Order: sequence, then C-alpha cells, then structure tokens
Amino acid sequence: MNPAPVRKRVLTDEMVAKIKAYIPRYPSKQAVTLPALHVVNEALRHVPLGAIVEIAEILELSPAQVQDTLSFYGFFKQDKPHGEVRAWVCRSVSCYLMGADALLNRMCDRLHIHPGDTTSDGKLTLEYAECLGACEHAPCMLAGETLHTSLTPEKADAFLDNL
Amino acid sequence: MAEFEPILLANIAKPDSHTRRVYESTGGYAALRKVLGGQTPNDVKETVKASGLRGRGGAGFPTGLKWTFLPKDHPGPIYFCLNADESEPGTFNNRYLMELDPHQVIEGLILSCFATSASTAYFYMRYEYPLAWKRVQQAVDECYEAGYLGKNILGSGYSLDIFLHRGAAAYICGEETGLIESIEGRRAWPRIKPPFPAVEGLFRKPTVVNNVETVACVRHIMDRGADWFKSMGVPPDPKNPRDAGSYGPKLYCLSGHVNKPGCYEAPLGLTVNQLIDQYGGGMRGGKKPKAAIPGGISMGLLKASEFDCPLDFNGPGKYACLGLGTAAVVVMDETVSMVDFLHNSCQFFAHESCGQCTPCREGTAWSLRLMKRILAGKGRLKDLDLLLEIGDTIGIMPGTTICGLADGAAWPIKNAIRKFRGDFEDHIKRTNPEGWMRTDPVPALDLVEIH
Repeated sequence: MNPAPVRKRVLTDEMVAKIKAYIPRYPSKQAVTLPALHVVNEALRHVPLGAIVEIAEILELSPAQVQDTLSFYGFFKQDKPHGEVRAWVCRSVSCYLMGADALLNRMCDRLHIHPGDTTSDGKLTLEYAECLGACEHAPCMLAGETLHTSLTPEKADAFLDNL
Repeated sequence: MAEFEPILLANIAKPDSHTRRVYESTGGYAALRKVLGGQTPNDVKETVKASGLRGRGGAGFPTGLKWTFLPKDHPGPIYFCLNADESEPGTFNNRYLMELDPHQVIEGLILSCFATSASTAYFYMRYEYPLAWKRVQQAVDECYEAGYLGKNILGSGYSLDIFLHRGAAAYICGEETGLIESIEGRRAWPRIKPPFPAVEGLFRKPTVVNNVETVACVRHIMDRGADWFKSMGVPPDPKNPRDAGSYGPKLYCLSGHVNKPGCYEAPLGLTVNQLIDQYGGGMRGGKKPKAAIPGGISMGLLKASEFDCPLDFNGPGKYACLGLGTAAVVVMDETVSMVDFLHNSCQFFAHESCGQCTPCREGTAWSLRLMKRILAGKGRLKDLDLLLEIGDTIGIMPGTTICGLADGAAWPIKNAIRKFRGDFEDHIKRTNPEGWMRTDPVPALDLVEIH
C-alpha cells in the first residue's frame, strides 16, 4: 500500500564533493576509501552503515568492501556518534611508567564511564590509546587536536571541569 | 671528541622553523637546486649508496641499495611512499621533524623521488599527529607555490606531486606492505614477500617505502656529500660480515624514568649510559636503573648492567635484543616490576596484531591472557615456559608469520623472562602460594573468568 520508504541520504553534497576531490589523486577509486571515511567521520563523528553504502556508490565498490576496510580500523564508530570531544589517554609503555593507568581510571571514575564510552550528556568520549608518540611528555592525552602533556591528576581534573 | 653539532635538529629552536621562509634562510632547498641543476637520478642514487645511509624506520636496510632494486628503465609509474606512521611505543623522532622542520623532510622526499624516478609520492601519516599533519600540509602548499613541486620543477623537466594520506590508528600500517594495502583502501594486512615492493608494490607498480628521518638524511647527504656523512658513526664490525656499518647522525628518543626525556641527536653509536647521563640528566629522583628498551618496545630489554650497549645497528643484537629499531630508549628504574612491564607489552601487541597470521593473532592474545592470569595471582611457574614457547615460535625468524610484528611481540617476552626470571618466579610464588607448582591443565572456564 505504502510505497517503499525512500532511504534518507546520509552524505551531504559537501561531503560528496570532498570525497570526489580525492579521486584524481589515486589511480584506483578504492584508494579513496580511507579519505572518504575520514570525511564522513569528521562531519558526523561516526560512519553509519548508510554512509558506507553511499561511499561505495561513489567509489564504484561493493558496500562490503568499504565495510571490510572500516572494520579493520577500530577507529571509526558506527552505531552512534562519539562525543563532542574525543580524547585518548595513552597507555603504552612510557606513559604507563609515568602513571597513565591510574589517570585514565581516575577520569573514568569521575565521569562514571568505562574507557571507550561517551558521557551521558554527549560531551566527551574517553578512550585509551596505544602510543601517541609523545613519550617525552608522558603521561599524555590527545583531546581532539590538542595534545595534553605531562598530565597530573590536577590537570586531568581541570580538563574535565572545562569541558 | 669535538662537540657534535646537530644536523637534523639544527633549526628546530628557531621561531617559525616550520615555514619555508625560515628554512630557506638556513640554506634550505639549495641541495634540490644543485641536484636538479645538473645531476641525474643515478648520481643521487650512487651518492646515497656511497654514504652508507641505512633506513631509520627500524629495519636498518641500506637505503641506496633498496633504491637499486627498482627495475631498470621502467616505463613508470613508480611510486614513493613516505612512512610517517610512526607508532612504535617510545618513538617520536619523526613527529619532531614533521612539526618543527617539515621542509627538511619534504626536500629530502623530493630528492629521493627524483633519485627513484617517482612522479607521485604518498605521505602516509598516522592519525594521532594533528599538528604535524597541519604543518606538513602547509609546507607542501608552500612548495607548490615556490615551484618545488608540481610540473617541471625549477625548469628541470622533472615533475612530482606529493599527496598526504591519513592513517586511522593502526600500528601495522607502519609495516611497508601494510602501509601499501592501507593506501589502496583495503585492510592493512601485510603482503607475502617476494615480490618486494620495489618490484610490485603500490597499485602493483614498483614502489619505494622510506621513513621520514631517512629522507631527511638524504637532504643533508646531497647537500654535504657522502664522505661527510660517513665521517660520523661506526664502521662495520669486522667480526660480523653482515654488518653494513652505522653511519651518520641519529635522532634518539629518550623517555621513562629520566630527568630530561626528549629527542636528542648524536652520531650513531652512543651508549645507553651516555644517553641517560649526558642528555637525559640522569635518573629521576636519583633512583637506580633496572632496565631499558633499546629501540622501541619491539626490540626487547637491556638490563642495567648492559647499559654500555652502543646504540648502533649492530649493538643491541650483541645483548640478545632484536636490534636498534627506532633508537627509542625507554628507561625503567628499580621500582618497576618486570611482570607489569611484560603485561603492558603483551597488551600492546595483542591490541595491534592485525589478525592475518594465526601464530601472531593467537600468540599475542594468549600471551596477554597468561600475563593477566599471572598478575591476578593465579600464575604457575609452568606459565613462564609456555610464554617462552610462544616467544620462540611466533615471527618471521621462526618462519611462522608474514611480517615482523610477531618478532616484536616475542622479543620483550623472551628478554624479560630470560633476563629477569627471578622477578617472575618471585611474583608467581608470592601471589599464588597454593598453586604455583601445579602443572595440570587449567580448565578453560577459569581462563575465561579472568578477562
């Protein structure tokens, strides 16, 4: 009786234009997969399945190929957007030696979340990271594009207070 | 010995050191003008070969030799990939270069592309370096404006494009064929070699993959000559016919329990003790050292009594470590338990194993489970032998995996348990007084409960 529901487009014209701009850089359209995932992730803070289908259409791939690549990287969330700020506390050896585990636990306790979760107000996703490559500043945290160096409990508290 | 004057880090303290204006004011792009003004790609290849430069990314393969593996007179395209996926725990030298002197890297990259007749370069940078990303992109833009990139560079007839390609937080993308797969848009599963990338690499074309610091060295070699480069470092060990020598300056990353962690430049061959005392300001809080990672966590462990180990390509191997790796030294003081260290190491590799080869996927995952069990006070002495069995059987060296990630996972296990076995036995006996001696199988459900 009702016509089949028209699937709502996930990608905006702007995102599509950005993705297409990558195509001349590579001799294969599949090589644009990772750049396309980043374009969508930057805009939507996750890459829902609908976006996978649309990326596949642009790149002339099967959605399974795009999904296969996405699923290799633990980086792209699919079920819901990450928080307004996404922060990674490094847990690899240099940061670990300087107390990173206790720091991450302290922050998670304060927020009542587990590592990898997003706060209920959607402001912050807090995750652990393997080596952030800032070992001279251990322990460190990357929040969005800002590197927080030589973290102390006080600095971590101040970061959470200022969200 | 005369005071060593930094080469790669010479300009990083200058204001706006990341801009083309400052780079050119310190002699930047003179080497490029000189080379494009009259040398052939083969001249550059030969100079780099004569310099003895070895790759700075971890494997230490001679750079000039790698370039000569490209097919002769290939109609093209030949691709160049710059490996800026620096993710080895303890390592941050490439971040320094890209954030503070990106033009040096790009000049070296252009020279390396010219030498290998590549007309397209992909600059593969890890996601976690947003500032480096911004600065390198700015630097590339400035190069297009100045005519150092694009069509007919400086009127030489040589054309080159550099495209940045951003990773997505996966350690394995630093493996050269994993990196190639990642650029192609697939899972970053390393390829079986041969064919090596020089014959069949990116988009099935001949490809060179070099590290950021390596191409930065190329810039200085072309500026000041192969003999100058060879005047620094350590000549080949006459007792080791496979040692190609360790020439030139190296960026050492120092972190952990020292007073002044940081990135320091010295000629290859500095010892761990020198690095800690002369550069790192000694041990934090005056504590005694216990162990150090010699070159990124994959390389294993040195005991404090082994800190006379020279950090050149041939040095750490003599102390049962895997090699020089990235020359990232992480120092641990006497308060650190090697049980905790090994748990941290196993956690890293279990997380970063790409899952393609079963020995690595299962070996890293089960070594982490064993370490969790030991930490939870349920360890047995037999577990140590089991861990060593994993350590001895995963990797390229025993021939069970495609890439070296598993060797890197195995080395900390082997070194930690063989060099610090007492630490592990004490912990197991103390925390599991009832069961440390048992050898019967552990019921599967007991294992599941722990994690």
